[in-house]
Amino acid sequence: MPLTPAVATQDIAHDEPQDYLWTLNFGPQHPATHTTLRLVLKLDGERVMEAMPDIGYLHSGFEKLGEHLDYNQYVTVTDRMNYISPLANNVAWHGAVEKLLGLELPPRCQYIRTIICELARISDHLLCNGAVGLDTGAFTFFLYAFNQREALYDIFETLCGARFTNSYTRVGGVMYDFTPLVVQKIRAFLKEFPRTLEDMERLLNRNRIFIDRTKGVGLLSAEQATNRSASGPIARASGVARDLRKDEPYLAYRDFDFQVCCSKAGDCLARYLVRMAEMRESAKIVQQAINNLPAGPVNVGIDQRTAIPTKKAVYSTIEGLISHFELMMSNRGFETPHEECYSAIESPNGELGFYLVGDGTDTAYRARCRPPSYIHFALFPDLIRGHTLSDVVAVLGSLNIIAAELDR
Amino acid sequence: MPLLADVQQALATRFPDLRFSEFRGDTRAVASRDAAYAVLAALKNDFGFDLLVDITCVDYLNYRDARDRFGLVYLLANTATNARLTLRVFLNEPELSVPSAVPLWEGANWLEREVWDMFGVRFEGHPDLRRILMPDAFAAHPLRKDYPLQGRGERHNFPVLTRNQG
Repeated sequence: MPLTPAVATQDIAHDEPQDYLWTLNFGPQHPATHTTLRLVLKLDGERVMEAMPDIGYLHSGFEKLGEHLDYNQYVTVTDRMNYISPLANNVAWHGAVEKLLGLELPPRCQYIRTIICELARISDHLLCNGAVGLDTGAFTFFLYAFNQREALYDIFETLCGARFTNSYTRVGGVMYDFTPLVVQKIRAFLKEFPRTLEDMERLLNRNRIFIDRTKGVGLLSAEQATNRSASGPIARASGVARDLRKDEPYLAYRDFDFQVCCSKAGDCLARYLVRMAEMRESAKIVQQAINNLPAGPVNVGIDQRTAIPTKKAVYSTIEGLISHFELMMSNRGFETPHEECYSAIESPNGELGFYLVGDGTDTAYRARCRPPSYIHFALFPDLIRGHTLSDVVAVLGSLNIIAAELDR
Repeated sequence: MPLLADVQQALATRFPDLRFSEFRGDTRAVASRDAAYAVLAALKNDFGFDLLVDITCVDYLNYRDARDRFGLVYLLANTATNARLTLRVFLNEPELSVPSAVPLWEGANWLEREVWDMFGVRFEGHPDLRRILMPDAFAAHPLRKDYPLQGRGERHNFPVLTRNQG
């Protein structure tokens, strides 16, 4: 049954004296926050009258570090922002750097980055939806999701040696090219994954308990979503048909046939369903990309002076040798324009962008990250107002707040 | 997507002081501190820039050829046409304040709090301008260029509570 909408209880809270309200401290260490964030809740019985987020527990100065690490070093820090889908952060960061430098990536690199972005989206949505299931009592669902995440981690490990913090991209390319084994593993995953997705949908989509816990909870209207800068699955679940993959096609998204998944309901259930549908579309994109993976170089050429040339080029051509030395010497590196630009991608969580200011050196003068979690967490007090204490975990889970990205 | 030529033309006629520039397909405009709010309101209400993507700030303390200390950056997008516009406002001490954009976009609330926390730029009329990431008692604004990377001893001078004291 739908719970009392937020508006109905709001007036009561303000009209009557509030000294009977009691305060509950939720977090910073709590299993259902999943990460380190704190909420101070004002409760009327079980009903949340006011939620006051208190963030900053994981603030580690990532943007300040961005002004001291060079463009290739900083990719390791982007891994640690949204560590649920680090590959998408890597692509967003180096996409911004390449825009500042004006580099055009070779087609194979664009395809590879598209594939890893979509795999990262699947892994992010699996965790987010799995955690929503876990928090609302569906533990088996969580295990189904994590089983598939394990397969993805296995692909990432084959790809670049790291399971969790991948740091896979480089300025003007990627760390390693796809090997036949990676392609084989991705194909095997694509064969297995739709079956698991169907199982997951069968488990939860028509589950009475889950629907009661999520339907009508945490309502966000389309106008509010736009006015409050929401993006990604959260805006799309409220009926805002905005997806940077379609609206501002970057990388190779122009070449693929896929749909933007939307819902009009704007509640926790809609956000869950949009993420489920997006995973299927992502698998479709990966399938198309892996079937049409272009041959050719994976990094930009030697004349661009940004990506480390191949060993063959270093040992057999003078240009390759010079380029290698220049990139390796700590007082050389590459030059950036005295300019600033903003570049964004549709990360699993929403619009993830970097605002970069170049100052001629290979270290950013300012590296601002536009973190979707930060913007979505600002919505939280309004989404939870009037709902019960047990809905806090459902709303928090459906917003997919990653505290490392929230605080940076 | 870059700004359409006729939109830019209309903006330039309405606000003759706006300075436009282009870089890698992005349109940027520079507004004066006094005109900032009027330009933002016009962009939102008359030019359809309904999505505030981000508000951030850059400290140009040691930047080559920079004449102003701080540059506020408003990243705006039009969800109907997918056009984007970057609006920049330069600020200097001691007038480190601009009108808050919260009346236009509620999403500006936390973004402006972060700029205040990190750079010390005040937003006049903001409903709740408190620190957001740093502790309330923190004295400095850490993303300013004159603030050192390793801090000013805040961390290792932190009071340590033992279990018995608790």
